[in-house]
Amino acid sequence: MNSWIPFFPEQASTFAWQVDGLYFYLVAITVFFTVLVVGAIVWFFIRYREREKYIHPSEIEGSTVLEVTWSIIPFIIVMTIFVGGGVIYYNLYRMPSEAMEIYVVGKQWMWKFQHPTGQREINELHIPVGTKVKLTMTTEDVLHDLSFPAFRTKSDVVPGRYTALWFEATKPGKYRIYCAEYCGMNHSGMGGWVYVMEQRDFDNWLSGNVSGQTPAEAGKDLFENKLACASCHAADGSGGRGPALVGLFGKPVRLAGGQTVNADEAYIRESILNPQGQIVEGYQPIMPTFKGQVTEDQLVSLIAYIKSIAGQTGAPNKLNTTPATAPQPDASRNFDTDGKAVEPMGGRSNP
Amino acid sequence: MREEAIVNRDIDLMPRKHYLNNGSTVASWLLTKDHKRIAILYLISVSAFFLLGGIYASLIRLELLTPQSDLMEAHLYNRVFTHHGIIMVFFFLIPAIPAILGNFLIPIMIGAKDLAFPRINLLSWYIYIVGGAFTLYALLAGGVDTGWTFYTPYSTTFSNTYVMAAGIGIFINGFSSILTGLNFLVTVHTMRAPGMTWFRLPLFVWSHYATSLVMVLGTPVIAITILLLALERFGRVGIFDPALGGDPILFQHLFWFYSHPAVYIMILPGFGVISELIANFSRKKIFGYAFVAFSSIAIAVFGFLVWGHHMFASGQSIYAGLVFSFLTMVIAVPSAIKVFNWTATLYQGSISYDTPMLYALFFMGLFLIGGLTGLFLGAMGLDIHLTDTYFVVAHFHYVMVGGQVLAYLGGLHYWFPKMFGRMYSEFWSKISAMIVFIGFNLTFFPQFILGYLGMPRRYAAYPEEMQVLNIFSSAGASILAIGLVLPAIYLTYALFFGKIAGDNPWVLPGLEWRTSSPPPTENFVRTPIVTWEAYEFGEESGLYEEGERRRRLEAPERV
Amino acid sequence: MATRVEAIDTHQEHHHVPGLQHQFDDIEQQKEATTIGMWFFLVQEVMFFGGLFMAYLLYRYKYPMAFAAGSNHLDLWLGFANTLVLIASSLTMALAVWSAQTSKKPKVQAGWIVLTMIFGMVFLGVKAVEYNDKYQHHLIPFSRDFKWEPKGEELVAQQQMIERHASEAEKSLYGREQAFGDKVRMFFWIYFAMTGLHALHMVIGIGIMLWLLWTALKGRYSAEFYGPVEICGLYWHFVDIVWIFLFPLLYLLGRHFIAGGGGH
Repeated sequence: MNSWIPFFPEQASTFAWQVDGLYFYLVAITVFFTVLVVGAIVWFFIRYREREKYIHPSEIEGSTVLEVTWSIIPFIIVMTIFVGGGVIYYNLYRMPSEAMEIYVVGKQWMWKFQHPTGQREINELHIPVGTKVKLTMTTEDVLHDLSFPAFRTKSDVVPGRYTALWFEATKPGKYRIYCAEYCGMNHSGMGGWVYVMEQRDFDNWLSGNVSGQTPAEAGKDLFENKLACASCHAADGSGGRGPALVGLFGKPVRLAGGQTVNADEAYIRESILNPQGQIVEGYQPIMPTFKGQVTEDQLVSLIAYIKSIAGQTGAPNKLNTTPATAPQPDASRNFDTDGKAVEPMGGRSNP
Repeated sequence: MREEAIVNRDIDLMPRKHYLNNGSTVASWLLTKDHKRIAILYLISVSAFFLLGGIYASLIRLELLTPQSDLMEAHLYNRVFTHHGIIMVFFFLIPAIPAILGNFLIPIMIGAKDLAFPRINLLSWYIYIVGGAFTLYALLAGGVDTGWTFYTPYSTTFSNTYVMAAGIGIFINGFSSILTGLNFLVTVHTMRAPGMTWFRLPLFVWSHYATSLVMVLGTPVIAITILLLALERFGRVGIFDPALGGDPILFQHLFWFYSHPAVYIMILPGFGVISELIANFSRKKIFGYAFVAFSSIAIAVFGFLVWGHHMFASGQSIYAGLVFSFLTMVIAVPSAIKVFNWTATLYQGSISYDTPMLYALFFMGLFLIGGLTGLFLGAMGLDIHLTDTYFVVAHFHYVMVGGQVLAYLGGLHYWFPKMFGRMYSEFWSKISAMIVFIGFNLTFFPQFILGYLGMPRRYAAYPEEMQVLNIFSSAGASILAIGLVLPAIYLTYALFFGKIAGDNPWVLPGLEWRTSSPPPTENFVRTPIVTWEAYEFGEESGLYEEGERRRRLEAPERV
Repeated sequence: MATRVEAIDTHQEHHHVPGLQHQFDDIEQQKEATTIGMWFFLVQEVMFFGGLFMAYLLYRYKYPMAFAAGSNHLDLWLGFANTLVLIASSLTMALAVWSAQTSKKPKVQAGWIVLTMIFGMVFLGVKAVEYNDKYQHHLIPFSRDFKWEPKGEELVAQQQMIERHASEAEKSLYGREQAFGDKVRMFFWIYFAMTGLHALHMVIGIGIMLWLLWTALKGRYSAEFYGPVEICGLYWHFVDIVWIFLFPLLYLLGRHFIAGGGGH
């Protein structure tokens, strides 16, 4: 679309028609009520203009029937909008069970993407058309917001948390991405392009890019070597002095004190950075904090690794997790690291 | 030709003694306890801030003429839009109608000699000035670049600007708001003249009552939040910084717990002004008085329950979002009730086209669009696409400028003859009202389209395909600026050279029109006894003779 | 002029009523206005402290252990004594109001006010002792030398447990108490913010008392006119009530964590 004045953004995801449908429904409501009310006002202004100054026209003081009518009708209309908006919101933020998972780390003022196959990109994201893509995002510094107008979705990226969004692109092309949450000086420069490609082109692109370790491989490396997590959690994550991590992700965990939490990204992150905060029932608070020791990128890798062993059935955990049932999609991936010592991913391997 | 008519007019005279000439020393102004003089002090200081905020707005639109950040570097542009927001929100929009028009009129409208606590009223103004001084210091010393929302952790840890001074300024200024609201609440509760029952109160008073509730309940929360933020910056420890285990989202919750109700602090007084204008210039009772009155209270109450709709995209739970979205939709209903009642009031009225009514007409059109586009943002799924884009900017400017500023201007034109005893040029006031309307639409309508295209807020540079719409917007802004500068000129002129307005230039029944223009220091020579309903134009109002008298006065003009 | 209204002359005998301000018609109206005004002000205060209570509740929920550990470091007995002192001051304040209402001699009124002030100052003195204790123990959250060292035998036991299980290398490498200490620091941050704000209200209250004392000695208050005493009383009671909430939240809640559960 290269019209002189653009009026409408490209529709390039499965969400686009939903969001646009609701949009046009609302535009129609807006136009209808504006024409109705403004029309009435203008008509009254002309019809009942002052014929003579300072006279007292006939009084109409009110009508409960009318009041009730024009309370209930708007209420019904806004409820339709509420339901429509709610359904779309649910679709936008309810993550699909199977998707190509891309990790995103925002920092002032760039977006760092990493593909499941290990390729890294900055301010550019290549994805295949017709595939569900899930972005798991965090930031190294302040709030950001990754916005894809052509896909009609965005999400805030919050320091210390993982947020996620997903989409399925429907049309190959090149679309803008923005940072939509103010993040300091070069906020308006923190944008780039998403390239939606046919699967064949995407595969070509992937093979043309040297892939380092995948996030899960890098996580495994950190786990076993760099950070020596394995000394307590065992090399295969089956547990020891520390709780078992195999089959952990996505399951409820009972904490000392009786609370139960879900082992999601935030839990794992918190357990690494602030181990004393959430002690798993039956274990001692012996884990040191890794705060200041790991970068956001490394955390993302560790989480990817723990996710990757979520579907394996390892040594039975004592009390804390329910047995893993169905294998997670990530589990099918193959990680043979050959034991080679590879430079762990981290801030310094990035420009 | 109008000027000739004035020469022949010797019946409308300025009263010999009134609040304006009761003492002319500087001390008589700066130490006054008269609510009317304090209102004038606010008028001057708020106008100064409005001018400053307007200058920043012009700079923003100038920069956005081109896609690159060429007029200003990004770091300067960030300061400019932050300053624009802080000044307009905290030092113009919030105090404008309550502290100027409300201060002046509420005691008169209910037949009281003053507000309940005149000294506290003066104190509020001084607090406003001190808070403003702190903030101005922050802006001049080097500025603030966090946006008016002060989101953490950028504001606590990363921004290298004068966040603390500005925060303390806003903190101090908050108490001005709180004390003004407190004063209004107590005054309406206890100072009503004999016979002035709750349901005889003008709707202006009702809407200020609702506003004051929000001020008293909401402002302390932002005060403590901003204070914690400033302390967190100072002590490098606190509850918002995720690096210390704090939660930046908590800040957003606390911030919007006030700042969303604050939107109603800005617009509710505007509703009050419009209710007055519509009823009085149709010369009949408002349609559905009780519904209009209680819808203000409903908006004030529900306003406290919808803050989470600012955070649909922040990763909050789907279910929390659903609740906030539902309540946001519900709050649309009382607003709709108001608009329908105003429209119905016009039906079979005797509508005059005086300047204030022109503003009321424009207000209704613009507020309607502003309100309906609010539904776009309350619908969660759609909000994800629209949040943090120019759609939001356009929406809240339609409500804040198209709503509150037009209501403020309408009110100022309506009560100007009461405040100063003189009338402004009808010709120029109508021209400028139309310029404002046209300029406003041209400025902000294109921003809806820009927003749907995805242009994010607070961008110093934007994609070049969006330039044309931005040029429209900037062109509109320059027209709008003219429309806003004109009133400053002709109103100032009218202050000294306008024709004498007379006590009741529009022949209206409200209590404020039953005292002299300008009113005496004690408002009424004797405490009035109220025996009529609000907007009572019938025979018992005694307006017939006054109408006849004015007709005779104006007769030569009509030929 | 034509539309000027009927009116009653309310200017009768105003100036004889002591303490009546010009904007009010009579003393009842003035009393009603000031009382309602104070109540609205107190509602405002509730919201003001409310932001802090929100933050407290949220983080207590999030970091119960750290908050319990921090809470354990507060001196329960000093806090309890201070609670008694404040309750006593509320009593004397109520008596001051009563003595004004019943037109007691100015010296009697002043006596109760002075007693209230003394209790208030005792409270602040104890608070100062507590603050000093925190300073001595490096628990001032916004100072650079904040240092969290667990206290009490339960924590010592916990400490030993940690030492048994963690290797020397780990201990030297990671400063393992750091992250936990950050949360304790947050507790103290909230503690200082809340009690500091409360103490500020006490100081303001004592300032108001000073003015009240002066006017009471001049004999201004009697059964006819005692509004200011009553208003100040409302404020004083409110400040007490805030403490009644602060004391259990900061000093009591979570102690059982440490006392009961050695296994953490």
